[in-house]
Amino acid sequence: MGSLKKNGGAILSKIATNDQHGENSEYFDGWKAYDKDPFHLSRNPHGIIQMGLAENQLCLDLIKDWIKENPKASICTPEGVHQFEDIANFQDYHGLKEFRQAIAHFMGKARGGRVTFDPERIVMSGGATGANETIMFCLADPGDVFLVPSPYYAAFDRDLRWRTGVEIIPVHCSSSNNFKLTVEAVEWAYQKAQESNKKVKGLILTNPSNPLGTMLEKDTLKNLVRFVTRKNIHLVVDEIYAATVFAGVNFVSVAEVVNDLDSYEVNVDLIHIVYSLSKDMGLPGFRVGIVYSYNDSVVSCARKMSSFGLVSSQTQLMLASMLSDDRFVENFLMESSRRLGIRHGVFTLGLKKVGITCLSSDAGLFVWMDLRHLLRDRNSFESEIELWRIIVNIVKLNVSPGSSFRCTEPGWFRVCFANMDDDTLHVALQRIQDFVSKNNNKISEKASDNNDQIIQNNNAKKQKWRQSNLRLSFRRLYEDGLSSPGIMSPHSPLLRA
Amino acid sequence: MKQLSTKVTSNGHGQDSSYFLGWEEYEKNPYDEIKNPNGMIQMGLAENQLCFDLIESWLAKNPDAASLKRNGQSIFRELALFQDYHGMPEFKKAMAEFMEEIRGNRVTFDPKKIVLAAGSTSANETLMFCLAEPGDAFLLPTPYYPGFDRDLKWRTGAEIVPIHCSSSNGFQITESALQQAYQQAQKLDLKVKGVLVTNPSNPLGTALTRRELNLLVDFITSKNIHLISDEIYSGTMFGFEQFISVMDVLKDKKLENTEVSKRVHVVYSLSKDLGLPGFRVGAIYSNDEMIVSAATKMSSFGLVSSQTQYLLSALLSDKKFTSQYLEENQKRLKSRQKRLVSGLESAGITCLRSNAGLFCWVDMRHLLDTNTFEAELDLWKKIVYNVKLNISPGSSCHCTEPGWFRVCFANMSEDTLDLALKRLKTFVESTDCGRMISRSSHERLKSLRKKTVSNWVFRVSWTDRVPDER
Repeated sequence: MGSLKKNGGAILSKIATNDQHGENSEYFDGWKAYDKDPFHLSRNPHGIIQMGLAENQLCLDLIKDWIKENPKASICTPEGVHQFEDIANFQDYHGLKEFRQAIAHFMGKARGGRVTFDPERIVMSGGATGANETIMFCLADPGDVFLVPSPYYAAFDRDLRWRTGVEIIPVHCSSSNNFKLTVEAVEWAYQKAQESNKKVKGLILTNPSNPLGTMLEKDTLKNLVRFVTRKNIHLVVDEIYAATVFAGVNFVSVAEVVNDLDSYEVNVDLIHIVYSLSKDMGLPGFRVGIVYSYNDSVVSCARKMSSFGLVSSQTQLMLASMLSDDRFVENFLMESSRRLGIRHGVFTLGLKKVGITCLSSDAGLFVWMDLRHLLRDRNSFESEIELWRIIVNIVKLNVSPGSSFRCTEPGWFRVCFANMDDDTLHVALQRIQDFVSKNNNKISEKASDNNDQIIQNNNAKKQKWRQSNLRLSFRRLYEDGLSSPGIMSPHSPLLRA
Repeated sequence: MKQLSTKVTSNGHGQDSSYFLGWEEYEKNPYDEIKNPNGMIQMGLAENQLCFDLIESWLAKNPDAASLKRNGQSIFRELALFQDYHGMPEFKKAMAEFMEEIRGNRVTFDPKKIVLAAGSTSANETLMFCLAEPGDAFLLPTPYYPGFDRDLKWRTGAEIVPIHCSSSNGFQITESALQQAYQQAQKLDLKVKGVLVTNPSNPLGTALTRRELNLLVDFITSKNIHLISDEIYSGTMFGFEQFISVMDVLKDKKLENTEVSKRVHVVYSLSKDLGLPGFRVGAIYSNDEMIVSAATKMSSFGLVSSQTQYLLSALLSDKKFTSQYLEENQKRLKSRQKRLVSGLESAGITCLRSNAGLFCWVDMRHLLDTNTFEAELDLWKKIVYNVKLNISPGSSCHCTEPGWFRVCFANMSEDTLDLALKRLKTFVESTDCGRMISRSSHERLKSLRKKTVSNWVFRVSWTDRVPDER
């Protein structure tokens, strides 16, 4: 925890002054570089391309068209304004009934109709960010532990821990088995925690995974549910990427597993789902987060807590209408899967051409790129950061280094592909291809240098990087932002990135 | 090992209070002019439903904002993707200017010092997280908004220590009450981090006087603690006095840009002034960079929907609209309050003289069987279940004197208000006290009117006097 800041004697809280929000990580330096020099196809073709932001921009046209064709869904249009008063006034934390029904319906459809969700268990929150924090407040007291498979979404450090006081212990996954999460690994982490007298309250996973893009197999999920039931700890599954599964593949939700298992194998009071429309629908701006729990007390408590982050009633109304339009939803889900699949295919094929492989994945808005062979030293995170700086400053792509996801092996990078148009993607691929071809030899030479040379090069590089103004903390970024708004990008890096 | 957190199993959410139980009863049997004319009338909900027509006609005249367009071009995509926790600059600018307008443009608000939140519910909680450790205390004048028990304490672990205010001086904050509260906190071994006031007050419906504000600023200066001024009702001021914000006082005392000004924070929302609670628009305003920075990060847990930010930035940037709205809003609130007050008077009931808010602080002490909170609750139950009016008992607002009730007047039509008053009058007349009233109604009303006037005189004269406790 950081030192207490004195402000004329009146001290601020530890939470306000520590860095547990996690925003001082280097992860955010790439953002600063992007903000200073953002790529634009015509206006700034040599700028930095943003590939560190897990946004889904591929199907916004479908949504825009629907909104245009359905003016009644807005409280502002002549066709819809008769609803303005009731909606503007509506702050019931149960949410609009139609909204809950539509969300439950959509969640079922996004899982191929293999499961149904009860609208009475749908609780709103301020995005999945709010949902994850809320579920922690409900399940754990300060000092309690939640296990999280790594690599994991960087902002979990903030969302799960910052104001809740909950501790997270990673369950490390490795490339040796393609980063698959195993029950054995969870058991081991659980035991280790118990041995150090830590109170483990549960396991939280993102499925499909961020940053891996992979999905848990049904059997693994079943075994995890059995495991938590045996140990009487909670299982929270963040299914925010549920509908980003590429065409032709089935996503297995924990809800499906709960249905399949016999009642003695699963204590449903321990099972909770976090959801959001930010990725599947590409609407992060609308702040639609959902807590779905099979535990009545948790539903009740989370609902009271939702007062701290309700979904704007204007947004609830619009989405209630949109998501109950079956024709739209079915077409949207199908198109989205198709476009994501194609985009993923084009990108990974382009990478393969220059010998870059990615972890095989079937979902997500990103790939988990293997650049270990380009590292100066395969065992050093310093090399990973050096390579990352090269990618940001020379190749001019903002990608996310694996270390920011707490990956235990250097050399992996998360690279987003769904937040840009086709042309930009091709420029990005071209840059990667050019860079790799040009530097293949150079990099392999460097890797085979003797130690002294490596140290010399290291020192020279260190000098260079110190001089560069990139090594700025996130706090600086936003302090600057406070005084020079021109620098700020429209996206906050710490949100679902 | 207990399965869920203590937050689930405790009742720190405060929802077992009568304040909320009345709502539940209302939900079971809500009044409807046609469908359920004998249902319960909701008078426990501080909503402002008087001026929707003004906003609706603005929407009709501004199709671009209404259809997510800017200069004729669709900005849907931009809005769908906008999740920057700094908020939309145009929106914050419009909020800052609106807040300035409400304060007669006597003070300025810097948009960069505004942090958006999901309603003032979230704004207040966030400020607590920034200013208090679990176990630290904030002093609050009683009576106060029941939701504070949840917003300030539940998940933060902070404590509230009351500053007792009494009817003897119109529930104004006094120096001795402040000191007593501070000492009480110390006795309880609680570290006081600040004072939080709602100005204008909920549930009193009165704006803090300059004297009280000066007192508060002096107090936090000497104790080296924070002052949070929740000014959510600042735009509902309808009295002949001007609304005095804590920001006015800082300016008048020449404390701007001092250490003290960094410890004064304002909370705002559009839920009451504009009547838009569904849109979840709250704001924290602070001169302390660290607080702005921390609160901005925390706003991730409750950002304002981008489509809502866009709509409201267009609405609030229309200065013609805002000045017309504020004026009309005040007019309608004033007339509505008058209607309630005179209706109550004819039932022999007086209120604390109010000049703001969406409710009156009603004096029903004479209707109590005994001067106890049990009697207050009995009376409340009668009013809820028999008279079928949901009003809020003073005990739920932590009032130290039994017999006071908060009655809202801006969340229903005029006809509904009249009906509510009729029911209440019938009820009062059926009680012993009521019979007394009807027997000597002239005498009674005369003395009641005197009481009303003296209340009024009291408040006005108090502002001019040097603090002199009674």
